[in-house]
Amino acid sequence: MTLNIDKIRSDFPILKSSVNGKPLVYLDNAATTQKPQTVIDAITQYYTKYNSNIHRGTHHLSNLATEAHEAARKTIQTYINAQSSHEVIFTRGTTEAINLVAYAFGEAYVNAGDEVIVTEMDHHSNFVPWQMMCERRRAHFRVIPFDANGDLKLDVFANLLNDRTRIVAFNHVSNSLGTINPAREIIRMAHEAGAAVLVDAAQSVQHIDHDVQALDADFYAFSGHKIYGPTGIGILYGKESWLEAMPPYQGGGEMIDLVSIDKTTYNKLPFKYEAGTPNIVGPIGLAAAIDYLNTMDYDEIMAHEDETLEYAREQLLGIDGLTLYGNSNHRTSILAFNIEGIHHYDLGTLLDTQGVAVRTGHHCTQPIMTALGIEGTVRASLALYNNRSDIDALVAGIHHVKKMLGK
Amino acid sequence: MMASIEEIQNQIVEDFSFLPQWEERYAYLIELGQKLQPLPDEKRMDENLVRGCQSTVWLHRECQDGRVYLQSDSDSLIVKGLAALLLDVFSGQPAEAVLKADLTFFDETGLNRHLSSQRANGLMAMIDEIKTFAAECAAGEV
Ligand SMILES: Cc1ncc(COP(=O)(O)O)c(C=O)c1O
Repeated sequence: MTLNIDKIRSDFPILKSSVNGKPLVYLDNAATTQKPQTVIDAITQYYTKYNSNIHRGTHHLSNLATEAHEAARKTIQTYINAQSSHEVIFTRGTTEAINLVAYAFGEAYVNAGDEVIVTEMDHHSNFVPWQMMCERRRAHFRVIPFDANGDLKLDVFANLLNDRTRIVAFNHVSNSLGTINPAREIIRMAHEAGAAVLVDAAQSVQHIDHDVQALDADFYAFSGHKIYGPTGIGILYGKESWLEAMPPYQGGGEMIDLVSIDKTTYNKLPFKYEAGTPNIVGPIGLAAAIDYLNTMDYDEIMAHEDETLEYAREQLLGIDGLTLYGNSNHRTSILAFNIEGIHHYDLGTLLDTQGVAVRTGHHCTQPIMTALGIEGTVRASLALYNNRSDIDALVAGIHHVKKMLGK
Repeated sequence: MMASIEEIQNQIVEDFSFLPQWEERYAYLIELGQKLQPLPDEKRMDENLVRGCQSTVWLHRECQDGRVYLQSDSDSLIVKGLAALLLDVFSGQPAEAVLKADLTFFDETGLNRHLSSQRANGLMAMIDEIKTFAAECAAGEV
């Protein structure tokens, strides 16, 4: 059976909208994806039928809410193939998940003179928290560069690794280049050098390999809103041994065992890292998104997304004066480009008048823009529901803008 | 006599009212941008750069006899068109009047709502810079 993209499109109510009198062509999925009706329904159901605080209630609604919230943890555990559901920590998003590890791991394991490695193509969310930690712990911040195609220079990485390297953090897929980094190889190399690894999976978990055990990731972070779920919920997976050993990130309710004036002891996993009333409905919405994806065959999703990407690249490369950034042979879902003589902001704004939603700018990856010697790009990014017509609308839009500007 | 800030803003609102389609409005902005005198190289210095923009925007400010004189440029034509509107409204006006002025035309033309974000295009930052400079000019500090 192959995917029925028309049917899938009809599952996402927002895709029926018009923008500026034109049918919406939504190509800003790396920023956030749209939500299927089942996710919207799950959220509405929660608020209309069983909204209640969790883990401490003695009443019926609280039990229902706790059950759904914890069942969601199991759904997510299964999706990423974590060994145990208590290795799945709920956070606000990828950014908070990374900050949690940068803090807790830093406190426990990073000392003056130690080293931390990230990549030149990381999102600011997987860059700045490590820089801050290095400053706090007086550790050295190291960066793996990328080559002209947008592939990481693994030979440089090999030279950066040494017995002072404590942790390596990298994005599995670059949000600005679309490169799929060789995660298994990077993780193997880091482990051989005795370093832990955090995978920023914000742009990969919805597209490619997301098996944390097969990857052998120590930490793995992603955002619900980029995988058809709601905003305000993210996942931090951590191997139990690390999560047990690290100190908590924030103090407060839920994360404690016993509190007295002399001493406080902490709750068991995963609650040790979930201080305060959590986003109760977030995981429920995210689990609904994963249930939705689980109705499909993953290989077919990947094949469809790849096919759309390659079609789009071919069409875009046929446009005079267009430069595509990120030409790794291992790539997914991202089309970053500029057109000679047209500012990316102008192109993005004028595409919007035709109903085509893209993003423009540096995409929170200023080091990439510096390396490429540009200020920014236009970025079209794909999801499951995008098809050739979306690409055709984008290409027609670009031709229209070129004509309008006499380019 | 020079038209007042209010009169100029009213004129802009009227000009835009003849352009019902957004695409026409952008085409008009782009035309305004293209007509704006390019900023000479010696005024493209770091202190004239406006922060917080997706595009590079320069804003050159001068104060003469209590009046504010402005020049601007950008690598984005749309932003340059917006800058042209701001210059139209403010450049050559008494600093006191610039300081007190209520910028109404962005709302009334719908530009406010329509432009993807003021942070992205740097309009807010430009307006802040102009107001700050007007205050210094009015106080005789520049
Ligand atoms: C690669 C990557 N990492 C991290 C993030 C941050 O995600 P969030 O803003 O949801 O925390 C993003 C989002 O744009 C991203 O693309």
